[in-house]
Amino acid sequence: MSELNLPGTQVPDSRGYFGAYGGRFIPEALVAAVEQVAEEYEKAKADPAFAAELDALLKDYTGRPSPLTDVHRFSAEAGGARVLLKREDLNHTGSHKINNVLGQALLTRRMGKTRIIAETGAGQHGVATATACALFGFDCTIYMGEVDTQRQALNVARMRMLGAEVIPVKSGSRTLKDAINEAFRDWVANVDSTHYLFGTVAGPHPFPMMVRDFHRVIGIEARQQVLDRTGRLPDAVVACVGGGSNAMGIFHEFIPDAGVRLIGCEAAGDGADTPKHAATLTKGDPGVLHGSRTYVLQDEDGQTIESHSISAGLDYPGVGPEHAWLKDTGRAEYRPVTDRAAMEALRLLSRTEGIIPAIESAHALAGALELGRELGPEATILVSLSGRGDKDMHTAAEYFGLYDDAEGTN
Amino acid sequence: MADTKLTTALAAAKAEGRAALIGYLPAGFPTVDGGIAAINALIEGGCDVVEVGLPHSDPVLDGAVIQTADDIALRGGVKIKDVLRTVAEVAAAHPAVPVLVMTYWNPVDRYGVARFAADLAAAGGAGCILPDLPVEEAAEWRKAAGEHGLDTVFVVAPSSKDARLAEVTAAGSGFVYAAAVMGVTGTRSAVGNLAEDLVARTRATTALPVCVGLGVSNADQAAEVAAFADGVIVGSAFVKRLLDAADPEAGTAAVRALAADLATGVRRK
Ligand SMILES: Cc1ncc(COP(=O)(O)O)c(C=O)c1O
Repeated sequence: MSELNLPGTQVPDSRGYFGAYGGRFIPEALVAAVEQVAEEYEKAKADPAFAAELDALLKDYTGRPSPLTDVHRFSAEAGGARVLLKREDLNHTGSHKINNVLGQALLTRRMGKTRIIAETGAGQHGVATATACALFGFDCTIYMGEVDTQRQALNVARMRMLGAEVIPVKSGSRTLKDAINEAFRDWVANVDSTHYLFGTVAGPHPFPMMVRDFHRVIGIEARQQVLDRTGRLPDAVVACVGGGSNAMGIFHEFIPDAGVRLIGCEAAGDGADTPKHAATLTKGDPGVLHGSRTYVLQDEDGQTIESHSISAGLDYPGVGPEHAWLKDTGRAEYRPVTDRAAMEALRLLSRTEGIIPAIESAHALAGALELGRELGPEATILVSLSGRGDKDMHTAAEYFGLYDDAEGTN
Repeated sequence: MADTKLTTALAAAKAEGRAALIGYLPAGFPTVDGGIAAINALIEGGCDVVEVGLPHSDPVLDGAVIQTADDIALRGGVKIKDVLRTVAEVAAAHPAVPVLVMTYWNPVDRYGVARFAADLAAAGGAGCILPDLPVEEAAEWRKAAGEHGLDTVFVVAPSSKDARLAEVTAAGSGFVYAAAVMGVTGTRSAVGNLAEDLVARTRATTALPVCVGLGVSNADQAAEVAAFADGVIVGSAFVKRLLDAADPEAGTAAVRALAADLATGVRRK
């Protein structure tokens, strides 16, 4: 895999392709806007003032670098393997999403646009976007599937508190996919004033590359922190994969380290072999969704199949094209994690370490438990703890019966 | 470039000194056979060209009206083979009228690009409009379409810069589809001023006819657009007639009546 020798520089190609995946499948009305984003991003990358401003925000506003936490009691349950958590949950706003949002917010200002729209599933990208809009003084509209506005109600309130308009989307499966559809519809109509601040490493080129680049800081920090802490590289890096942004962010710096396994955990809902899951890379087929060629959960007619997951942020029938490429090249592995396994991992980390993770991140923790038991006590596993679980307390309370007078469903 | 059914039909309208009327309806809506009857009614009412929509689970370029129709069609179980049957039956009933398919890209990609082109041609289809397939991604489709004598109609938008317009129109055939408002499909009360400018800028790059879609819903708007365009494309207004109808027969009659009204609009001097 000689093309994998160096991070960053080889992929995607100039048309946004990671091998057979990526590209730009968009209506003509959006071509000029997407090209403007790509051009402005290239200019920004070459501008030291842009990097300096972003670095200052990441440090003084987000609170980077995020810590690396050894979780000894949790490790005992993971076959004794040493588990290290990269604490993106401690970022301002509570997840990794802010890394990308601040980068694109600076870009929006450079482009002279005054309004930002975004999709959100778990609400973490929406909260991060609403936060940046408050900070920069942009108008902000967030599209969120109606199912998700209910199961992540706390984040709806946070976004509105921050001054954003939150529009519940009632079409299709009323989840993340449909929120993205609605955001694209808004963008086509308002493209002169508006930047679509896409929240994951999917979508048309340059979004998969640009969003990855803004999240690379996770892996750059973590790689050095693990080296400093343990004197060697980890055996594996584990992250949950919805669209795939926290995973690409933490994986990227490790791609040239051939001895480090990269493991993405997809939401398997009731099980990858049941009809109710969101395991796109495990069960999907190559196709085009939301502007790029990638794996898609689809039927034989190319109609998207609705995904299911207890985790709103992973409940998506597509995935970023770079993951599709990493899967096909074999550089990364993707495993399904059921709702039940994720919820058990959520409870375990809470009870053993005093850290309540987001349900999304709990999928990565469940993957780490499984992997630790496979690899044994000699192994070191780096896990992306992409977000904190406050937003999920209602779901968890119902699941485990944490409210007075209530019985859990499990 | 050889004459096709599509270029011939547009040339015939031009020879009459008028713009062509192009009607759109999705296949399978309200049912497969009901959809065939409604599309035939478009032609009987006076459409010179018809576009058969392939309903999609994620119609990101469509407004509420076509989203609802696509939803009904998909819940009714419409498949690509039903779309092809729709094309075949309409083409057989009206051999001189070009029947285009309008579809998002993924269904074609999934069905197989060469296979779709072959099956569409075999059904008597005249070509395709692929609104989320920009020219950069269209090489494989254009090759397959060319091999089967199908036209490929590309879309241009008010946001397309002049250099870009030239690239897009050079890749297309049949006509150029000027989507002349920024936004998703849906009827609009005013024609607006973006359309005429876009048509003029597009004409400067190509000899192809330039047809305009912008949410036209009545004869006055059709006449207004016909004054500066080679064709007037109407979709949501027809879909709405079917959605609002008490029963499928009434819907088909309403579609036929609207087509006839619009046909007077494109002939107004
Ligand atoms: C905490 C957290 N982790 C992960 C995700 C999934 O997104 P991605 O796969 O892009 O990292 C989300 C999305 O909402 C999230 O909120």
